[in-house]
Amino acid sequence: MKTETTQNPGGVNLHRRAFLQYAGAGAAAIGLLAAGCKKLDGVGMKKTSANGIDIGSGDLAILNYAYALEQLEAAFYNQVATTPYKNINASESYRLLNIRGHEVIHREFFKAALGANAIPDLTPDFSSIDFTDRTSVLKAAKAFEDTGVAAYDGAGYLIQNPDYLTIAGKIVSVEARHAAYIRNLLNFGDYAGSDVIDANGLNNSMTIAQVLAIANTFLKTKVSASHYNYVA
Amino acid sequence: MNLFNIIEEIEKVDPEFTDRINPRRDAIKNITSFGSKVALASLPFAMGTMFKKAYAADSTASVTDVLNYALTLEYLESYFYNSGTAAKGLIPTSDASYIADITDDENHHVTFLQGVIKSLGATPVTAPKFDLTGGNGSGKGPFADVLTNYQTFLAVAETFEDTGVRAYKGQAPNLLGNQVVLTAALSIHAVEARHASAIRLLRCNKGYASIEPWITSSASNGNDTGIPLIDGNYKGENNITQGGVDITSLPSATPGQKTAIGLATAAFDEPLSMSDVLALLVGTFIVH
Repeated sequence: MKTETTQNPGGVNLHRRAFLQYAGAGAAAIGLLAAGCKKLDGVGMKKTSANGIDIGSGDLAILNYAYALEQLEAAFYNQVATTPYKNINASESYRLLNIRGHEVIHREFFKAALGANAIPDLTPDFSSIDFTDRTSVLKAAKAFEDTGVAAYDGAGYLIQNPDYLTIAGKIVSVEARHAAYIRNLLNFGDYAGSDVIDANGLNNSMTIAQVLAIANTFLKTKVSASHYNYVA
Repeated sequence: MNLFNIIEEIEKVDPEFTDRINPRRDAIKNITSFGSKVALASLPFAMGTMFKKAYAADSTASVTDVLNYALTLEYLESYFYNSGTAAKGLIPTSDASYIADITDDENHHVTFLQGVIKSLGATPVTAPKFDLTGGNGSGKGPFADVLTNYQTFLAVAETFEDTGVRAYKGQAPNLLGNQVVLTAALSIHAVEARHASAIRLLRCNKGYASIEPWITSSASNGNDTGIPLIDGNYKGENNITQGGVDITSLPSATPGQKTAIGLATAAFDEPLSMSDVLALLVGTFIVH
């Protein structure tokens, strides 16, 4: 819709009218998201093989990257919820279900935000995890959460749209809360261990290539990011 | 909402307003082209973005301002933990190393930010005077026993950490695209969130509060800490609308069941603006 109209030529209200027309446009077309107030920039994802995808470039790619990680996390915690580890106690069960809920929300949010540009559903491969064993499950959870935090921290600067940057920020701190909790479960007091925090007190950050190399070990659907120097 | 009134009010204080939102202006162009796709439900959000873009040049804090603001918050946190560590009999021996790790991180943040600011050729701000009781220098604020009562100490710690997370998040858009500074800010932000989670778990384990490592708000109150005095620090955490979408309307983890408000709020931490954060701290913990 064009807003540079001349409905009231010469009048001082021209711009006001243009603005109002813009503001009223929503009534005519109900979309899902307007966080960017513009189309997402970038090149969309593409299938690279029967079982491979490339996230493309620009904000579309970064959102699909986040969507891929959230799909993985949600699938993992769904499995934990379906087949809890042996002798799980009430508080751990409750909190792992909470985390599952957060990750599913993140996944569904990105899916909605991306709409037709979203990558397909990824098929996970959790064959390396023993879901009956507490340590195996929590170690995997720690890897997912720590990697998730480092991924968001490392990709933040690539986001061009300030509203999506804010939303990514809203999510990364929740992932960091999860990471600290899971680490505390494995080893109380290790919520911010030296393997993830450097001498400046900064959380480590990871490139898209570093993160996808880890994520793909838990995926049957291989995710590439050729624009960011990574091909699975 | 009466749009005419809003625009007239803005024109009173800013005669150039109509020019600012002129569609020919570059900053606005990319918004108007999206007009037809703007969802009805997201209009307030779209408007906020439009105003933000129109005023961006005036209101955007410089990178140095953001860093000095962050440094001030880190001064407060490091002063708090160092004071707590020095207070005899406050922190139980069993928790000493747990708290010490946070203290170390906060001290490192101070040193790091001072270094970054200097490397940009600017001067780091000096630490203001603090009152950990929240009494603006009287030493008799609402948290008067903060350095003698461990329960109060942890309550204040939780407030500082959760608020710190919100403060960094609020500044991210001012650092858009800045690989070095934004990445560093996000990285400190993540550490503050780890601290917040750790303090929350400790408070819960001690039986001081029935809380989770994440902020679980109710529909009407963002604050889940059980301390009404700090409602302001959690204002807006009960938001369930992200990017114009009601999170509880999305498919839930349990098919056929609507996502609970608490879960929807906990899945996202909300930002706080610089002015909101300073309004909470200056005149209470930061002596004015």
